[in-house]
Amino acid sequence: MSAGTLYDKVWDLHQVAELPGGSTQLFIGLHLIHEVTSPQAFAALKDLGLGVRHPERTVATVDHIVPTTSQARPFADPLAEEMLGTLEANCAEHGITLHGLGSGRQGIVHVIAPELGLTQPGMTVACGDSHTSTHGAFGAIAFGIGTSQVRDVLASQSLSMGKLKVRRIWVDGQLQPGVYAKDLVLHVIRTLGVKGGVGYAYEFAGPAIDALSMEERMTLCNMAIEGGARCGYVNPDAVTFAYLQGRPYAPSGEAWERAMAWWSSLASGPEAVFDDEVRFDAASIAPTVTWGITPGQGIGVDEAVPTLEHIAPDERPLAEEAYRYMDLQPGAPIAGTPVDVCFIGSCTNGRLSDLQAAAAVAKGRHVAPGIKAFVVPGSEQVAAAAEAEGLDQVFIAAGFEWREPGCSMCLAMNPDRLEGRQISASSSNRNFKGRQGSATGRTLLMSPAMVAAAAIAGQVRDVRELLPA
Amino acid sequence: MSSPSFPMGPITGLHGRAVVVAGDDIDTDRIIPARFLKCVTFDGLGEQVFADDRVELAAAPTGPHPFDRSEVQGASLLVVNRNFGCGSSREHAPQALMRWGIRAVVGESFAEIFYGNCLALGIPCFTAAHDVVLSLQAALAAVPDQELRLSLDPPALEAPDGRLWELELQAGPRQMLLTGQWDATSQLLAHGAHLERTAAALPYLNGF
Ligand code: SF4
Repeated sequence: MSAGTLYDKVWDLHQVAELPGGSTQLFIGLHLIHEVTSPQAFAALKDLGLGVRHPERTVATVDHIVPTTSQARPFADPLAEEMLGTLEANCAEHGITLHGLGSGRQGIVHVIAPELGLTQPGMTVACGDSHTSTHGAFGAIAFGIGTSQVRDVLASQSLSMGKLKVRRIWVDGQLQPGVYAKDLVLHVIRTLGVKGGVGYAYEFAGPAIDALSMEERMTLCNMAIEGGARCGYVNPDAVTFAYLQGRPYAPSGEAWERAMAWWSSLASGPEAVFDDEVRFDAASIAPTVTWGITPGQGIGVDEAVPTLEHIAPDERPLAEEAYRYMDLQPGAPIAGTPVDVCFIGSCTNGRLSDLQAAAAVAKGRHVAPGIKAFVVPGSEQVAAAAEAEGLDQVFIAAGFEWREPGCSMCLAMNPDRLEGRQISASSSNRNFKGRQGSATGRTLLMSPAMVAAAAIAGQVRDVRELLPA
Repeated sequence: MSSPSFPMGPITGLHGRAVVVAGDDIDTDRIIPARFLKCVTFDGLGEQVFADDRVELAAAPTGPHPFDRSEVQGASLLVVNRNFGCGSSREHAPQALMRWGIRAVVGESFAEIFYGNCLALGIPCFTAAHDVVLSLQAALAAVPDQELRLSLDPPALEAPDGRLWELELQAGPRQMLLTGQWDATSQLLAHGAHLERTAAALPYLNGF
């Protein structure tokens, strides 16, 4: 049993009561909502005759269904318009802050909460979206929940939870140029499997993690869920504090000093006990690309699609399904695989540093003929910051489309989608069958820089060949 | 889709036919593709369950998708393999299964969010060892329309011919289902004073 970890400390601080089924009632410090998983929760609340217990602890934005070409209202899609209208009405009725379109603060829920300083170390964070694990980058315990639980948090500001085990993922060394947090996390998932983290919280620690920026830590924790872990986190440190200082919802004045002291006290100390530990060496990780239909089916860009003999027996049926669906040849190198669509964006890799990394590859080059390439900033703030640096112009000059913020083709609930058997190079987080809007569409996950390289080459390409030596 | 009424009160077991969806890592995008999330109520999701897989298999040599086989229409038990329900946290997935008629799931393992979402709807997710699930699936392949008897206490599944598969159901959820306390909301509302005490002690809610 873990003890003395950040997870244990935050868990203990938020315990309200033991519940009849043996689970724990946990206070939720920050509740984030969006238009897709909240309407039914508000409707259920109404049916039960309940109100929102702490409306000031819930914050809303709109991200999943918004179009990225024109965000003028009403939306062309009446269903999308209805969903946004429902969210607006629910927030107005219950006194919940909504960072809506054009507010300057709208964006993907997991991008805006950190950039507004809403997400802070030591909090419990919940959101009706599995990639809520992102917020763990700050040393928060953050998990995705279902709609019934959204209802529960609205009604009671708490959740019924079972305690997880804690696995420390210790990463030594340093990521090489052209290798990013996305590659690191795809490598971890490839190694431990998409089920490897079931029952665990992942603590990411070690010299390679300490060296990551906050945005990189968010990418890492974002995909902890794809490795089966319910949440992932990084202990708060000077990097965390530097990121938070001065953000709209971050503490200021004397409270800032006290906050830093408290946050520091939460980190897993040298005496912390973990249920499990796995070690990695960052220096040995190559740019990583998925070839299959789960985020765990990944390989280095310099490797070949694994043949059946190289796959563990119990993973073979899934590999065979992936061969059929993806139509990639076992044993063939992944580099050189032609792509049709290149998508840079999502809560995994739609932040400023992601766009900078992609722009560095795109600059002075041009998207290959016949390739559709587009960049969707993760939030209005990211868009503004990127435009201030001229990144939009770099992309446009290189033949990319520059879009309005939203989830876009990460899950294709808006008009951005694959058609038919199209294959995409995507900086998002899921390569499930049908994920990007076509039931037969195919997805290769990779870092934003690798997506830019694929757009330029028209095929999967090792981005290291395009970076200055 | 005419499903019997949704789960209510104590849940002790069920009696019905089973539909088998074999394979590991079946994610919630497959259970309910994202485009069907564009809705403000869960009504109607029952017809969309496994929508893309069903279209894909409609004309396949292996025959239609399990949810389209005539002999399991009206089934209330779903039998799966490992890591069922992984991926997106969308409650639309268990909602779609429930609205199709599923009232319990048996599998080798489940993704945690999916498991919790099911429990919140009163749908138990039983687990069993690989061999047990395979033997169950084989029995159902041989006689797809048999009426099974599922019980929570002890967790087990019984065939009309007397064959018995022992299952597992975590003690906490089992207790919650048996006593009808699987709907967390009322429990969570019972501790208002404790909740405010917890909040009052949290530095970030009190100016640090
Ligand atoms: S970007 Fe993708 S993963 Fe992230 S919140 Fe939006 S839909 Fe979910």
